[in-house]
Amino acid sequence: MTDTFQLDGATVSFEPCQTVMQAALTAGRYIPHLCYHPEFKPHGSCKLCTIKVGGRTLSACTMPAEAGLQAESNIEELNALRRTLLQMLLVEGNHFCPSCEASGNCQLQATAYELQVMTPHFNQFFPDRPLDGSHPDILLDFNRCILCELCVRASCEMDGKNVFALAGRGITKHLIVNAESGMLRDTDIALEDKAMHVCPVGVILKKGVGFSVPIGARRYDQRPVGAQALDDAPRPAISGSCDACEGKS
Amino acid sequence: MSKKLRVATTSLAGCFGCHMSALDIDERLFTLLNLIEFDRSPLTDIKHCGRCYIGLIEGGVCNAENVHVLREFRKNCKILIAIGSCAITGGLPAQRNHLDLGSCLTEVYLTEPGLAHGYIPNDPELPLPLDKVHPLHEVVKIDYFIPGCPPSGDAIWKFVTDLIAGKTPELGHGLIKYD
Repeated sequence: MTDTFQLDGATVSFEPCQTVMQAALTAGRYIPHLCYHPEFKPHGSCKLCTIKVGGRTLSACTMPAEAGLQAESNIEELNALRRTLLQMLLVEGNHFCPSCEASGNCQLQATAYELQVMTPHFNQFFPDRPLDGSHPDILLDFNRCILCELCVRASCEMDGKNVFALAGRGITKHLIVNAESGMLRDTDIALEDKAMHVCPVGVILKKGVGFSVPIGARRYDQRPVGAQALDDAPRPAISGSCDACEGKS
Repeated sequence: MSKKLRVATTSLAGCFGCHMSALDIDERLFTLLNLIEFDRSPLTDIKHCGRCYIGLIEGGVCNAENVHVLREFRKNCKILIAIGSCAITGGLPAQRNHLDLGSCLTEVYLTEPGLAHGYIPNDPELPLPLDKVHPLHEVVKIDYFIPGCPPSGDAIWKFVTDLIAGKTPELGHGLIKYD
């Protein structure tokens, strides 16, 4: 049996074990997000998908869908907070879009477009984050990392390799490479690994192919991130994988 | 006909690319010139900014002169707009910000090959470089931002004409971009 809940006044039906995010995307309703990826367990760290339920704020990607839920997402109060989150991400790293080969394919950039982020607002940090170009085929540009852990999760859960990790706490938190030398060349990462293809920004890059797609033909040039996310949403829930019930059983 | 709105433009630590992009409004420039007249701008060569309705500034703040010009614009312009990546984030010039300024000058003027008799320029007329390159909003209050490197002529047209029409400017998909 399919139950329903309300999202911004619209009725959204959901299958058992779906989260609010999964049900919303399946139903064609976009909730902005960065650390959520349909192929991975929810992480709930970027907080961009924050919705309001009964006056309380919750992450849509970790909140199990419940019958009769009254949720608000696309309201100015939440969108203003989302803009602030994006602005803090933009000033914390070095996001120099004009020289970034992920520009046009970048989820952070596209989400900022979607939410009309016209300025970083805060003072730029300009951190000094050296690159790792040690691997013959792969470049790591830590300047753009937003700590979503998608590469960490992909490497562990899908590739079975454990190439990446986050180290440090608070403002010193940063992406590291799990090798004694700390260099990517000393890991077993391969171009076909899932970890190579999940970065929502431009940290993990294949060498030798930069800027191969012209401006105007890149992923988010054609369609805004909201429309693209709906295209990418998996339709039926995958049996045996229950994100909403994770940790409850 | 009502009085035309005065508009001033300048480039600080920028490349004039945003100004060039503004010229991409092509023949719409004639329509615009029915509504506005230029004060200080590379198009008029007026040296100081007078009282204006709109000030458009491209480029970030990288030296002492930039600070003076920016403050003059802020004092005289009712609406101050930062245009382009450099004005909004520091952009390309700000890529030196994680390096020491002294080391940059030493490498560029003293230690690079072929600089046996080099020296760091010290003419008193040269504006002193700032330790870091700053976006405009870190120095004065900025009212609006038009992102892009450069923003397209269409984006600039939409933004400025919205503003002149008294509307809150909005750039939709395809017009708002950071690269």
